Amino acid sequence: MQADVQQAPWRFDHFFIPVVLFLGFAAALTEAARSPDAPMVAQGWIFAACMAFTGIWYMWMYAGRTPADETRTYADGVVKAGVIAAMFWGIAGMLVGVIIALQLSFPSLFYLPSEAWTNFGRLRPLHTSAVIFAFGGNVLIATSFYVVQRTCRAHLFGGSLSWFVFWGYNTFIVLAGTGYLLGISEGREYAEPEWYADIWLTIVWVCYLVTFLGTLIKRKEPHIYVANWFYLAFIATIAVLHIVNNLSMPVSLLQTQSYSLFSGVQDALTQWWYGHNAVGFFLTAGFLGIMYYFIPKRAERPVYSYRLSIIHFWSLIFIYIWAGPHHLLYTALPEWAQTLGMTFSIILWMPSWGGMINGLMTLSGAWDKLRTDPVLRMLVVSVAFYGMSTFEGPVMSVKAVNALSHYTNWTVGHVHSGALGWVGYVSFGAIYCLVPWLWKKRLYSNALVEWHFWISTLGIVLYITSMWVAGIMQGLMWRAYNDFGFLEYAFVEVVEAMHPYYIIRAVGGLMYLGGALIMVFNLWKTVRNGVPVAPAASVTPALTAEAA
Amino acid sequence: MSKKEVDDVSGTETTGHEWDGIKELNTPLPRWWLGILYASIVWAISYWIVYPAWPTLSGYTPGLLNHSQRDEVMSDVAALKSARAGQEQELANSSLTEIQRNPDMLQFAMAAGRAAFGDNCVPCHGAGGQGARGYPNLNDDVWLWGGKLADIQHTITVGVRSAHPGTRQSQMPAFGRDGILKPEQVDDLSEYALKLSGRGADARAVRRAGSLFTENCAACHGADGKGNRSLGAPNLTDNEALYGKTREDIRDQIWNGHGGVMPTWNGRLSAQEIKALAVYVHNLGGGE
Repeated sequence: MQADVQQAPWRFDHFFIPVVLFLGFAAALTEAARSPDAPMVAQGWIFAACMAFTGIWYMWMYAGRTPADETRTYADGVVKAGVIAAMFWGIAGMLVGVIIALQLSFPSLFYLPSEAWTNFGRLRPLHTSAVIFAFGGNVLIATSFYVVQRTCRAHLFGGSLSWFVFWGYNTFIVLAGTGYLLGISEGREYAEPEWYADIWLTIVWVCYLVTFLGTLIKRKEPHIYVANWFYLAFIATIAVLHIVNNLSMPVSLLQTQSYSLFSGVQDALTQWWYGHNAVGFFLTAGFLGIMYYFIPKRAERPVYSYRLSIIHFWSLIFIYIWAGPHHLLYTALPEWAQTLGMTFSIILWMPSWGGMINGLMTLSGAWDKLRTDPVLRMLVVSVAFYGMSTFEGPVMSVKAVNALSHYTNWTVGHVHSGALGWVGYVSFGAIYCLVPWLWKKRLYSNALVEWHFWISTLGIVLYITSMWVAGIMQGLMWRAYNDFGFLEYAFVEVVEAMHPYYIIRAVGGLMYLGGALIMVFNLWKTVRNGVPVAPAASVTPALTAEAA
Repeated sequence: MSKKEVDDVSGTETTGHEWDGIKELNTPLPRWWLGILYASIVWAISYWIVYPAWPTLSGYTPGLLNHSQRDEVMSDVAALKSARAGQEQELANSSLTEIQRNPDMLQFAMAAGRAAFGDNCVPCHGAGGQGARGYPNLNDDVWLWGGKLADIQHTITVGVRSAHPGTRQSQMPAFGRDGILKPEQVDDLSEYALKLSGRGADARAVRRAGSLFTENCAACHGADGKGNRSLGAPNLTDNEALYGKTREDIRDQIWNGHGGVMPTWNGRLSAQEIKALAVYVHNLGGGE
């Protein structure tokens, strides 16, 4: 044992991670002991518990052990952990989504004034953050770590740093989620966590970038695969967006509140520059990375067009960053900025569709597999939904359309056709691929995947059609004038008119959640009782095969 | 490994690269895709030429149209105002009864009143004015402060127990909670109130409560219990009740003396809006 430790070379991660965990633990205890705010005290204890847990886990994993031979293996443990976390948060986030959909349908049924944490205003960010950042984020971390290793033929850079990224990111999720329930919020949509959680995420995210970039640098392939361009664009841009949008001054280092560096319309524009690019780089670029690996892999066909992948990658990256102002049409934002937001959103249509074309056309020569392979079907349908919502988005960014659609449920439907159809399905498809590959078991049941696919597809259709009808009706009712020049409908009449559509939406969401629960059962049975299979050479080529 | 080959299915050459078994075809860009991309760029540039688009050091490019959203909304609002101006002026110059008698003016007042009611009154009185527990129903002929046009106009203007100096004001004592009466006396009075509204009640309790009613209640509600609108004291004989009709509800009201607040709309709504609202509410069904 002693000899092993002496032989092991000094590693930066074995120094860096314990130091960060210790400093985090000390800072958290300070907050818990000294803060005058009860919510901050609670956050302090939660953060301290996360740091202590990660520290104990880290010692148990690494202290006194010989490090794995990185020239012979891939780091798959962290990928497995990411998959499990993604499914856990996915179910939690979708469940909260169903709850708030029911709150909107039956407002008096779920109204508990004495239990502030059950209020829609706290549960809504819990839902959005849980599905986008907790579910989506863990899917992105897991798949990016899997894909970058295979397509670079290299073990993850940084030794145990990838594990720090995983635990650190999930610590952020816990801190953010419990914060919302305690009533802590910056009030910035999709960026609600307060300054201390933002700082922690920044540290974790830089480690993510280092791990990913380092792996790319030490790759044994001559070229960088397109999926990795998208993953890198996602990681790098999210870092910039996160830092700039969260520039703020805490009221005190012992209190939760902070004030943004920006104010007024600059603040609004910064927020939606962030908000829209969270869609563009988190929910689009990152998940296109997933598509570019898992669809050709599953279909066993070459990617349709290398040239298209280059052109649509760069045009997507350059143009997305301009589109944010379309969230602020007909507001105090100067008209010229609105014009730029709208016109770049229109130009964005084809760059987005480039990804759809490359995803769908990769199937040429393998279309018949859609009949027999529900996992591939899920991946392909996700690309179809991607195409639909990236057409709908530019349409809604046109001022004349936006004048009707803005602030209505149409926006909610649009987001969910992208979220449930594109992000959800491409993630489910990737996880259905990954679990058998990682655990080296045959998938427990294809029939259950069929059930998942059809139930949740029906759920998505109910969700988006009800929100289209509700949103357009809402927009038309708001703007209706009678012959005398008075508004035809009172606001509350419009709210009443939404009731049946809210119920249909809740049913759609419940079906989507039901499908995901079937998936969890299927994956659980695969891991526990699945028939072991020797991995096909093409699925996990031994790193040793061509390693020097 | 870096060997270009031709894909059997498409007949297209690959790029010769391979990652984990994934190859890429070197298919040219779809022409329709490129065409639409260029078209969207051309459209965007044209839009920039016509509309305000790019920031400059001291302002922005105004575009050929020199368009302004602010001007557009201002002119829309002005057009709406001028379209309504004639009839609004007529409303302002006419008395409530004149409005009620002139079909054209009545129609306009009803439209204006309905819009104002939807934006201001619906949260408490309900979308159809049907009311709720503690919030009067405006469709029936039960009025606490009077159901004539002028009464309604005055109630809307000053409110009830509001911040307005001339507010309609009344306060029923909390006979039980404040210890004015003993619990068993409150019980007896509840029976008495039930009897007044024409429902079955404990006859002995009613007899016991007779003098209690005269001493404590008759000053406002009248010796016969028919109420007094100048005090906002409800009629107890009509089997209608703002805070519920059951024995328990009545007892609770005598015990606690609930009384809600209606804000003053003076200053928040214009004089003609209040007129229109009075006409609208009067015509909901119960106007006198």
